[in-house]
Amino acid sequence: MSVKISGLPNEEKPGAEELERLKNKKYWKSLEELKDPEGYAKAVRNEFQEELPFGEKDDSYLSANTPRRDFLKYLGFGTAAATLAASCQIKVRKAIPYLNKPAEITPGVPNYYASTYAVDGEYCAVVVKTIDGRPIKIEGNTMSSVTKGGTSARVQGSVLSLYDVTRTRFPMIDGKEASTWQMLDQAVISGLTAAGSAPVILLTSPVISPSIQQSIQDFIKKYPSARHIVYEPVSYAAMLMANQACFGQKAIPAYHFENAKCIVGLDADFLGTWVSPVEFTKQWVTSRKIDPANPAMSRHFQFETYLSLTGSNADYRYVHKPSESAAIIIGLYNGVAAALGKQTLPNAPAITDQRIVKGIGKATKSLVANQGASLVVCGFNNPNAQVIVNALNEMLGSGGNTIDWSTRLNYHQGIDAEMEKLVNDMNAGSIGALIVYGVNPAYDYYNADKFISGIKKVGLTVSLNDHNDETTQLCKYAAPDSHYLESWGDAQPRTGYYSLQQPGIDPLFKTRQAMESFLVWSGTANADALTYIQQYWKTNIFPKYGNGDQWQHWWDQTLQNGVTEPLQAPAKTGGNFKGDVNTAATQLVSSAPKPGSVEIVLYEPVAVGNGRHGNNPWLQEMPDPMARVTWDNFICVSPSMADKLNASLTRFNEVNYHKPVARVEVNGKSINLPIMVLPGMHPEVIAVAVGYGRGGNYLKGEELKQARRNLGVAAASVGKNVYPWVSYNSRTGTFNYSSGVASIANNGETYLLAITQSHSSYEGRPIIQETTLSAFKADPEELLKERNEEYAKYGNDYRKDATMYPDQYPYDQGIHWGMAIDMNACIGCGACIIACYAENNVSVVGKEQVSKGHEMQWIRIDRYFEGDHEDPQVVFQPMLCQQCDNAPCENVCPVAATSHSDEGLNMMIYNRCIGTRYCENNCPYKVRRFNWHDWNGADSFEDNLWDDPVVLDMNKSLTRMVLNPDVTVRARGVMEKCTFCVQRLQTAKLHAKKEGRPVKDGEAVVACQQACPADAIVFGDANDKSSKIYKLRQEQKNRGYGVLEVLHTLPNITYLAKVRNKDEEDFFHYEELTHSL
Amino acid sequence: MGVNSLYKTLWRKLTASLVFAVTLFFFSPQVLWAQGAAAPKGDAKAGQTLFQTNCASCHNPVSKLIGPPLQGVDAKVPGGMPAIYDWVHNSSKVLASGNKYFNDLYNEYGKVNMTHFPSLSNQDIDDIVAYVDSYTAPSSAPSPSGAPSGQAAPGSSNSLIFGILTLVLAILVLILVQVNSNLRKLANDKEGIGNPKPVPFYRHKRNIFILVIILFFVGGYLLVDGATTIGYSKNYQPRQPIFFSHKVHAGINQINCLYCHAGAEKSRYAMIPSPNICMNCHKVIDHYTGPALHNDEGKLVDGTAQIQKLYEYTGWNDQEKKFDRPGRPIEWTQIHNLPDFVYFNHSQHVKVGQIQCQTCHGPITTEDEVYQYATLGMGWCVNCHRTTKVQFTSNGYYTIFTKYEQELRSHQIDSVTVEMQGGTDCNKCHY
Repeated sequence: MSVKISGLPNEEKPGAEELERLKNKKYWKSLEELKDPEGYAKAVRNEFQEELPFGEKDDSYLSANTPRRDFLKYLGFGTAAATLAASCQIKVRKAIPYLNKPAEITPGVPNYYASTYAVDGEYCAVVVKTIDGRPIKIEGNTMSSVTKGGTSARVQGSVLSLYDVTRTRFPMIDGKEASTWQMLDQAVISGLTAAGSAPVILLTSPVISPSIQQSIQDFIKKYPSARHIVYEPVSYAAMLMANQACFGQKAIPAYHFENAKCIVGLDADFLGTWVSPVEFTKQWVTSRKIDPANPAMSRHFQFETYLSLTGSNADYRYVHKPSESAAIIIGLYNGVAAALGKQTLPNAPAITDQRIVKGIGKATKSLVANQGASLVVCGFNNPNAQVIVNALNEMLGSGGNTIDWSTRLNYHQGIDAEMEKLVNDMNAGSIGALIVYGVNPAYDYYNADKFISGIKKVGLTVSLNDHNDETTQLCKYAAPDSHYLESWGDAQPRTGYYSLQQPGIDPLFKTRQAMESFLVWSGTANADALTYIQQYWKTNIFPKYGNGDQWQHWWDQTLQNGVTEPLQAPAKTGGNFKGDVNTAATQLVSSAPKPGSVEIVLYEPVAVGNGRHGNNPWLQEMPDPMARVTWDNFICVSPSMADKLNASLTRFNEVNYHKPVARVEVNGKSINLPIMVLPGMHPEVIAVAVGYGRGGNYLKGEELKQARRNLGVAAASVGKNVYPWVSYNSRTGTFNYSSGVASIANNGETYLLAITQSHSSYEGRPIIQETTLSAFKADPEELLKERNEEYAKYGNDYRKDATMYPDQYPYDQGIHWGMAIDMNACIGCGACIIACYAENNVSVVGKEQVSKGHEMQWIRIDRYFEGDHEDPQVVFQPMLCQQCDNAPCENVCPVAATSHSDEGLNMMIYNRCIGTRYCENNCPYKVRRFNWHDWNGADSFEDNLWDDPVVLDMNKSLTRMVLNPDVTVRARGVMEKCTFCVQRLQTAKLHAKKEGRPVKDGEAVVACQQACPADAIVFGDANDKSSKIYKLRQEQKNRGYGVLEVLHTLPNITYLAKVRNKDEEDFFHYEELTHSL
Repeated sequence: MGVNSLYKTLWRKLTASLVFAVTLFFFSPQVLWAQGAAAPKGDAKAGQTLFQTNCASCHNPVSKLIGPPLQGVDAKVPGGMPAIYDWVHNSSKVLASGNKYFNDLYNEYGKVNMTHFPSLSNQDIDDIVAYVDSYTAPSSAPSPSGAPSGQAAPGSSNSLIFGILTLVLAILVLILVQVNSNLRKLANDKEGIGNPKPVPFYRHKRNIFILVIILFFVGGYLLVDGATTIGYSKNYQPRQPIFFSHKVHAGINQINCLYCHAGAEKSRYAMIPSPNICMNCHKVIDHYTGPALHNDEGKLVDGTAQIQKLYEYTGWNDQEKKFDRPGRPIEWTQIHNLPDFVYFNHSQHVKVGQIQCQTCHGPITTEDEVYQYATLGMGWCVNCHRTTKVQFTSNGYYTIFTKYEQELRSHQIDSVTVEMQGGTDCNKCHY
């Protein structure tokens, strides 16, 4: 796809040949496509990777003695078998009505309850869709001004964890079922009493629920020796400590990315994992969308040590070694200080990488130019670094503008030093009792062995975790917490912003929510969670937020809304900065890790998180946004590092899934991991995701079975646990997630990684359009000029004039569904993928089948690289059925199982499909999915389910409760694809018809659109001139294009071309390419 | 040919008269009511609909249900119609005012409050009264179910006659052909032309050829026809745990379908009512007094025993009039089974499409035991979608079909069918 260059200063104009090369920006999905396009094309020609059972040259079958007779035999048998199967007597089905139907339930009609997702400090205001009494889908709650209706993949996937078959189902003593809760409670209470003056420790994940906080306070009142310690495996302690030092508050202030014109991210993946990604994405994207009347954007710089989601979406991305972090932070500070005439920091370490020096210069300039509208965020878990960043923000006037100290973010509370001390105390035998809730240090504490040896010396051990996980197995008592969809609760994500959690279903098992356990143990008379919460709200929140309302009315109203917030957001204020920057800088430099030739960085993956969500097959099967790998963690290395590891690119590619395995040693602990070449990594840095390898690495046989029973099939020993590579920095008192000394060596083995990147090839056809903000401003029409000129040759209307059948699909009345996806907004987070899983009963196929290209996701997010393979630009493009009005799939179906609707939908009729896969072959977008096996038990033959432990797990009758009853479960041998959530469209139309009016704009919402935290998807009736989609297509004419529209497929999805806020010369890589291919 | 067309004409005429007779039979009660309606000031016809929608679940015109029989109510109630208006609009208020007549009634009928109907106008109530006054119990008139069977006898004897006639004619044709061929043979003999060696007709090549062709087409037709109905279960009539008679409830007592199947207007499911709905009436109605019930094998069914079964399920103690046991749900056998890949929504058809229940469920008001009336096959659905007209002018949703609106105005089309606005698109039912 060519992009015209305009508005370049004369002296920078490249030569004619160079210009030609640069004009044709080339997008590549993977390295081999870049290096060897022909070989790549050959390798991915087959959409599915396995060989057909009979090769072209193998004619043994045809030359056999009686092929014709055999053929007839099989044909005869097949016909007879099919006839038998089809004519078998129809099962007698029972219809069992309620004995006494609750008034609010109408079978078949969903109810929606506002609730709150708050797990591991991740918060989201949600609406739970329940049908016939069971929750089946989570939506964002638009009434919350914190998450504003956005969701993340994890929030979307949380409904599946409700039906997790490995959840602990009853209270346990010594791993055996306790017959009653009373029995357990008595034992625990007597244990607590026996602890006497020895400390009783409540070790929890961050608690953002004010009522649970209160119940913990009650507990501490009852047992004065009790202490509450928050532990987070992925820690934000440095921020809390630095803010304590600088502002006197051990808290995180509210950030306002929407007010920032210049954003600098220092290893902070704030769109993917850092602090509160959904909230920040909502904010960030407001300044990234283009208003065609007045195009403006924030400028986003990212300095990072690995290829993160946020870095991929930045305008400028600079990759560096973890050992250079200190130099970059100080360099940036000094740059800004110098420009503002303030005092610079002494002893700034030199930066050798000229790209980074240039980058700091650019970022400095931009920050200084946008004082009061700039924001620097830092994900480095080092308090000294955070102090300098605080000072930098202070210098730039961010306080009160982009940083607000009048409201604080409560998501993270863990102080690493407290955990460290606890483990030491445990080993010293001085801890009387340990109650763990929501944390699993036996798995995710860096020195798990020490924790395990310590816990054995604790008198009373109780676990409130919902699984019999690594830590629970070590505890004498298990008092399993209910799932959040079964519990009452509340949350205070931001100070002053409250949120209520109401259950969508009664507890499925004999579990009890944690708050009630705390209440019972502290001897509260009425240990009912709802009563306790109501009491808390009545005394603490209602007086401030009630506005003179009746209590009951206000409570009902708040429960229905799910949230209660200050009527007017409090005015933003800055903090009173009193940090000591100079000392911080000195300490930062002196404590900086020594640079090594191979440095390692550990990161939290976007889908699985810190490991808590390991047993969620949806999240495991969601491809990592960057590496596009499922079901595993791996070593991300740069192409040049791969070369050094004696790996040629033809072997190290994304087409061949058998990856070389490297032995990596950090802190004296070595782990074998597969190597994944990822452009955009630093040549001397490797990155590995935490959160995998639950239950232990390399489990086999009985051990594996045991782990699967306890932790779940999707979690147990999937990937490798790399938490042991985390270290504790005793000087700063924080956990360290990077190391300067790692050794890596190819150990000659190979390992199968299920990578989805090269699935669904476009064979090099153009699909991406992008430009820079300045070019777009200078001439908005330039971007699509070539395309429009090309189409103009066919007449005034390409749609009608470029076809022999102009009247085939007139769409001149009624509804014509259409979608638009803003590539400026899409950050590639994958919330839509999981939303689609939940809404459309998309099947999970397991790792082995993913590696064969059999994954069933209806929407995928394609990742494209562009430019230098060591430092590429990244583009994300959600790809789903384009509902072409002139669909190539439709006219090749021999049985008319896919055809077109009056509303512009490309329909897929499963019961008609005979599985020729012609449609899939003919689809230029490669969005059709074939059921290679029976994933759902929907086959006409029983017991035909694909024999993969994960598939079997997804088909347990408990797990199947998550299925959406409005969507057919597809059988083996049929094709499926995105339907534009036709069940939702039908429901919206039915509502309108019942009320005797046309469908309102915004009434029909598709699942991916609703889940998107970036509001990248607009959907509606394009025939309705007042609809958002119609207006957007008119207003954004200069950016809207259809992918592969030159084929005259007439796609119903408009993509809005990506605009980067980059200078022209950087956009086209005019600067000298540091690496050559 | 002549015989054939004669046969056809005769058949057509007979069918027409049959249809006429049946129609007349069905409509005669209405005619009767319409005449009777002349006396009171209300409109009995309108009253019938109102009665069935609002009153029938608790009242019968001539017999006791939850509430008293309503026939002659205008004469019975002291204070006449105005008192009735007040009572219907707000019964509690009338009771509170100490009205003796109504308080006595209230006590007599187990102190069950009558639902308030503030939305019914005085005219509506007049209509209802007119209807109940003109009502004649269906048990005294021949039941509608009797009609088809009564008429069926001549129909079947007709076809017997025609069958015999056809057979006679066919034999006649055969004889004539034989005569013809014999005559030709004689003529040939006479003229000295040699006759081919006689072949029996069943070994005649031409006959065998024709037979094979006929068998092929007939066999093929039967095969295809049979194959397309594999999996259909029309006329499926399972035995249910309780002999629940729709004829008694919806037919004789005229309870509105939606009173029990409330989901039909709201949900994809019409909903089998939960027993607590049954108990709304059956707390009071504890024995069956209607006409004798017979099951499909002709055996007598004890209606009261069926009500006792309901008590068994719900845990109702009929002596002490209270629930004193835990109940258990009733496991009905589902009659109308759609495959998983078909989405059907009752409310779309009942509420939006204003389709009568009987269109798909057949003469439900005459059935003691329900059977599957329609094939529920796709052809059956699609045919209806092709011919049924949508509520184009009365439902605002359809205003988005601007072109049809213009065409209707200019009389290019006279109506819009379901199909014309996408009602036969696959993804209306399959997704």
